[in-house]
Amino acid sequence: MNWTALTVFILLFAVVTVLGFVAARWRRGDLNQLHEWGLAGRRFGTVVTWFLLGGDLYTAYTFIAVPALMFGAGAIGLFALPYTIVVYPFVLMVFPRLWSVAHKRGYITGADFVHGRYDSPALALLIALTGILATMPYIALQLVGIQVVIGAMGFNGTGWVGDLPLIIAFAILAAYTYTSGLRAPAIIAVVKDTLIYITVIAAVIIIPEQLGGYGHIFASIPAKKLLLATPPAGSWGAYSAYGTLAFGSALTLFLYPHSVTGVLSASSRKVIRRNTALLPAYTFLLGLIALLGYMAIVSGVRDMPQYAPYFKQYGPNFAVPALMLHSFPAWFAGFAFGAIAIGALVPAAIMSIAAANLFTRNIYRPYVQPNCTEKQEASMAKLVSLVVKVGALAFVIFLPLKYAIQLQLLGGVWIIQTLPALVIGLFSRWLHRWALVLGWAVGMASGTWMVAKLHFAGTVYPLHIDGLVVPGYAALYALVINLVVAAVFTVVFNALGVARGKDHTAGVDYESE
Amino acid sequence: MTSASTRRGSKLWYLLLIIPYIGVLWVPFYNSLQPEFNGIPFFYWYQFLWVIISAVLTWIVYRATE
Repeated sequence: MNWTALTVFILLFAVVTVLGFVAARWRRGDLNQLHEWGLAGRRFGTVVTWFLLGGDLYTAYTFIAVPALMFGAGAIGLFALPYTIVVYPFVLMVFPRLWSVAHKRGYITGADFVHGRYDSPALALLIALTGILATMPYIALQLVGIQVVIGAMGFNGTGWVGDLPLIIAFAILAAYTYTSGLRAPAIIAVVKDTLIYITVIAAVIIIPEQLGGYGHIFASIPAKKLLLATPPAGSWGAYSAYGTLAFGSALTLFLYPHSVTGVLSASSRKVIRRNTALLPAYTFLLGLIALLGYMAIVSGVRDMPQYAPYFKQYGPNFAVPALMLHSFPAWFAGFAFGAIAIGALVPAAIMSIAAANLFTRNIYRPYVQPNCTEKQEASMAKLVSLVVKVGALAFVIFLPLKYAIQLQLLGGVWIIQTLPALVIGLFSRWLHRWALVLGWAVGMASGTWMVAKLHFAGTVYPLHIDGLVVPGYAALYALVINLVVAAVFTVVFNALGVARGKDHTAGVDYESE
Repeated sequence: MTSASTRRGSKLWYLLLIIPYIGVLWVPFYNSLQPEFNGIPFFYWYQFLWVIISAVLTWIVYRATE
């Protein structure tokens, strides 16, 4: 047991626990209303939103998994960089419109918007279910981040004792999310991101010095890992895989319910617009974190006997924790592990709140309790946020990790199928509501089929076009199918005179301040 | 252009946002070791550079369309 690291870790954890509960009083509002509990009253300015979205999108799992991919597979892992570069121009074009219409019409979820825009409870239900389905495994994966760092400090018992620290961490998280709502992760995000920035800046200065500089690090990486493999004849190989993974993931990121929650909690349209130019600071950070995977290779932690059992248990995910233990004094390793674990709590809290908002607004209220009061609505959301977390915890404890990873891969393929209704819907109502339902169904089915063909091990599908192989992100291919079906059936349904429903939004809503 | 429409900003500014997509999604252009920068292969410093270029372009568009 690494007592020094553990002490620092527990101290940090205690601080954020207190903050989580105190958050209920911050920018005080009536927490018995869903928009207060679940969107913090839409009151966050530029700085808080920067921390909140940064803490929300760049999750602990990312901080573990991206360098792990660089460590294991090399250059392909850096697709996270172009992915989080091109996401912001897209967000600037699209999501201020969502903020405006949601603010004007009191929408709390993306499905609320779809319901109002297309006058279609069915379509809204599908959007809500897709969101919940894609979020659940994502929460589970946040726990993996915590598990790895707790293990790294010497807690690697088996059975339920081994899971105890994780259960305690999650119980605390569940309690303050329940009482404080979105205010808790927002305030904790400020602490978490500060810790992460300190850790990473220290790491990218100190570790390369120990290893002989960046030039030496890159020179020591095997040539096969350093660049993408040149595609063989008749295939676009790793090039199209890298490009489509980046582009497809960028389209996906802000469709996730936790991203929408982050966007809608901003106090103005301007806050979102301004943040699209400020959030790339996190992208730069992520790129540096990715390079930690290479530093782990060069440091030789893989072959050090003291880390062997951990690599056996956690695989490449242990690369960064091992590098920290190897390169830093124990207290700073504890600091870094605290940053990673707290980094898991922020997105896990926001994800569970987002899923709770969706369930309450788009399933419970329309289908279970149509006449519920505002207070009942908020209580239901709080309860669901607990259920969602218990579910994620059970998932991680009782099922092999690979299922959570596979489901999270599928989650991206699924959530992108909500793009036609959500994103195109913000600009045009040309697509027919029932054509959107059909497009969604075909997109979900074809995307799942492609991933199944890959035995759920990856999402890069080798598409054959007239003798040419174009390996690409299955989510993107399925989205194209979805769009074609939606467009074709719009024409068909219009010709048949199928009712289009009434638009409950107005053109000016989308530009309103 | 009248002063009112200058202040509101033209939608054409949004076209600038296409540039980062061209910069980083055309992979064969940058999948190489040379030219190096302080020992860092082109593949890496090129993409890091685009983080900054893209953020600056996004800021320009945000200001111009305010």
